[in-house]
Amino acid sequence: MGVFSVFKRIGFPGGVHPDEQKISNNLPIRPLPMPRRLYLPLQQHIGSPAEPVIALGARVLRGQLLARPGSGLSAPIHAPTSGRIIAIEPFTAPHPSGLPIDTIILEPDGHDEPCDVVLPIDPMALEPEVIAAKVGEAGIVGMGGAAFPAAVKLNLGAGRPIHTLIINGGECEPYLTCDDRLMRERPETVLEGIRLMQRAIGAWRVLIAIEANKPQAIAAIEAAAIPFTGVQVVKVPTRYPMGSEKQMIQALLGLEVPAGKLGADIGVIVHNVATAHAVQQALRHGRPLTSRIVTVSGGAIAKPANLEVPLGTLASELVAFCGGFKREPTRLLLGGPMMGHALHHLDVPIVKGSNGLLALSAEEVGHESSERPCIRCSRCVEACPLGLLPLEMAARVRSGDMDGAADYGLGDCISCGSCSYTCPADIPLTHYFNYAKGELVRRRQEKAKSEETRALAQARQARMERLAAEKKAKAAQRKAEREAKRKAEREGEKSA
Amino acid sequence: MMPIASPHTHAPASVRRVMLEVLLALLPATAFAVYQFGWPALYLLIITSAFALFGEALSLRLAGRPVGSSLNDGSALLTAWLLALSLPPWAPWWIGAIGGLFAIVVGKQVFGGIGQNIFNPAMLARVALLISFPLEMTLWTPPQPLFSATAPGPIDALAITFGGGAAMIDAISGASLLGHVKTELGRGLELGAALQGQPITDSLYGTARGSLGEGSAPLLLIGGIYLIARGIIGWAIPLAVIAGALLPALLLNLIDPEHYLGPLHHLFSGALLLSAFFIATDPVGSPATPRGRILFGAGIGLLIYIIRTWGGFPEGAAFAVLLMNSATPLIDHYLRPRIYGRERGGEPLDYSQGRRAARLERIRRGDK
Repeated sequence: MGVFSVFKRIGFPGGVHPDEQKISNNLPIRPLPMPRRLYLPLQQHIGSPAEPVIALGARVLRGQLLARPGSGLSAPIHAPTSGRIIAIEPFTAPHPSGLPIDTIILEPDGHDEPCDVVLPIDPMALEPEVIAAKVGEAGIVGMGGAAFPAAVKLNLGAGRPIHTLIINGGECEPYLTCDDRLMRERPETVLEGIRLMQRAIGAWRVLIAIEANKPQAIAAIEAAAIPFTGVQVVKVPTRYPMGSEKQMIQALLGLEVPAGKLGADIGVIVHNVATAHAVQQALRHGRPLTSRIVTVSGGAIAKPANLEVPLGTLASELVAFCGGFKREPTRLLLGGPMMGHALHHLDVPIVKGSNGLLALSAEEVGHESSERPCIRCSRCVEACPLGLLPLEMAARVRSGDMDGAADYGLGDCISCGSCSYTCPADIPLTHYFNYAKGELVRRRQEKAKSEETRALAQARQARMERLAAEKKAKAAQRKAEREAKRKAEREGEKSA
Repeated sequence: MMPIASPHTHAPASVRRVMLEVLLALLPATAFAVYQFGWPALYLLIITSAFALFGEALSLRLAGRPVGSSLNDGSALLTAWLLALSLPPWAPWWIGAIGGLFAIVVGKQVFGGIGQNIFNPAMLARVALLISFPLEMTLWTPPQPLFSATAPGPIDALAITFGGGAAMIDAISGASLLGHVKTELGRGLELGAALQGQPITDSLYGTARGSLGEGSAPLLLIGGIYLIARGIIGWAIPLAVIAGALLPALLLNLIDPEHYLGPLHHLFSGALLLSAFFIATDPVGSPATPRGRILFGAGIGLLIYIIRTWGGFPEGAAFAVLLMNSATPLIDHYLRPRIYGRERGGEPLDYSQGRRAARLERIRRGDK
């Protein structure tokens, strides 16, 4: 394993090994037919929402810009096919809240007419900044689920020397097989995307990490990587949360991202394989990010599948294409069972970060008994990949002692769910921590607000005092001047 | 109802399952103990369990909490079982009854029920009984296997259990090996003489006098290894308990073999193995931190050795466990694990200088 003989053991402490359930890993990627309507939320990424640049009723072409990035961290949105914009209105977002957000609704016309694109002759000859800029213009975000604008992460190399680009092909969530299929079926494409990213970042070494339960993906990517020195495939143990950036860096390099810093601060950047594929599509073919591969799976799905889906397609269309439900699903999920979120219904669109659509039966969700008292068995401590004490943090969150929980490292929690998964007392630990993190943010904001109010009040007080003092000083001065004048006049009278 | 929050899948583990696994692991040693000490031992086990369950149900009812689901989690039964195994095999019925009630009501429910108690309820009850009823708690009958000539039948056994216990047949009761050694050393004898007629194999196979569950070392070991293999307990506490007792035993025995009992006698006599695998590992009163567990176990082992060797009682497992239980919050407070990306003290890792900077530089360059 070349470089890796230096590192004693590939892995990270803690973690869990849930039932893998990769039931769809032998099913080739199939395109989903274009649906009747596409619902494109303006917020499909971390950061500010995109701003529409098209008018209601306008005809748009495939790949045309529909919404430009908002201020600060953001990403643009493009048309997955040609058609007409029939509405820009609030629509249920694929978000745990289930609240509506502004959404562009596109009615495809069936022609799938592309807009003009200017392609570079050799994208590999582009300057690093140009690659990053084009990735940003193509609306590419982290496709492993976090949906962080990819161009920002490609630019992190500027000013910070990056030695290693890690490509995350871990796919450690149970059920999900979209990355596995992508690596098996399109290894050359993925590799070209990886090399474009490597060029943008300026890393001399690329490590492609793939979990040991995907031997065919490992073989395919290894074969495609042969011509490229500096690009290595690393087989990593099948352990959740291997796909977490911090754990992956620790597993591969034995380095830990210092608290409050980024991987880039120690010279490492992690990108997902699907993101690499999207980068290749954008730079080689001029296709912005308008579709993605989604695993449709779970015990309640009649025919599980890996589908290439136009962004904005409703989840219900995917389920219908997969033959509907073969039994009543207990839970519908967007994403994997460990970190994905529950859907209340299927009328929500697939967005850039949606890697899986799962319909789980009762036995797959596991025993849903109510929370019992903690018996301090410490399985959560063993499972925590961060070295936290979830039982102690939860005890403090329950009693409202958020500062106590923070003191135990609440802020370092990555919400991976390993502790909740393993708890024999069914305590929803991760849920407690997410609540507490929100609560801490709220308190911090409140404190900042009250401090600001106090500062303003103090400033006003000071200003009033200063004005009063100035007024007084002026009055005194005027008085003195008057006196002096009078005196001078009297003197003049005398002398005269 | 559980909130619909991730994760949406769960390991096949439950509190009930944990308790049942421990009971299962105790089964071989318990069955052997019942065989060795006959019907009175079985009656004692049943009485202790019945009163413990009664105490649990009563407390839950008084507290207005659901009785059924808590009662069947197996925790009260496990407490009762561990208590019974720590009692003299032919103790009278009221020892088991008071012990079972005390363990659950005072040792567990008064603190707030499962998971809330500071002290191991079984050991708390054992110590309370030992202090209150020193005579009944130190009468050790020699093993009289079921169906053997001298063993009491089921009817005679009722008379023993509901009569005066082992005291009514005082002639056959005697001291345990550790008690005997303590007395003899106290009389100024040397170990060689004190151990006359007390072969170590008796302790190993469980044919010596002692508490009900101290019996068979191999069977306790099998149960303990089963629990470790099933991931119910970790290896740290049992190993630390054993090492904590045996290392000083080995050292002092090497220095002065005529006055200090050797490590094998310590290992196979008394409640060391039972404590190491089944009592010290009770999660509620033991630390949650990895390093804390080692310290906790080593402390128990060392205290057992100290009490056995220099204390007023021949055996100190219960005291040792309770003392370390009380230190658990402190241990957990000071021995927190290091958090990812931080120093032990909590400061973010600094890769800009020292050893870390050199390591980062090596990785940056790809050096071996």
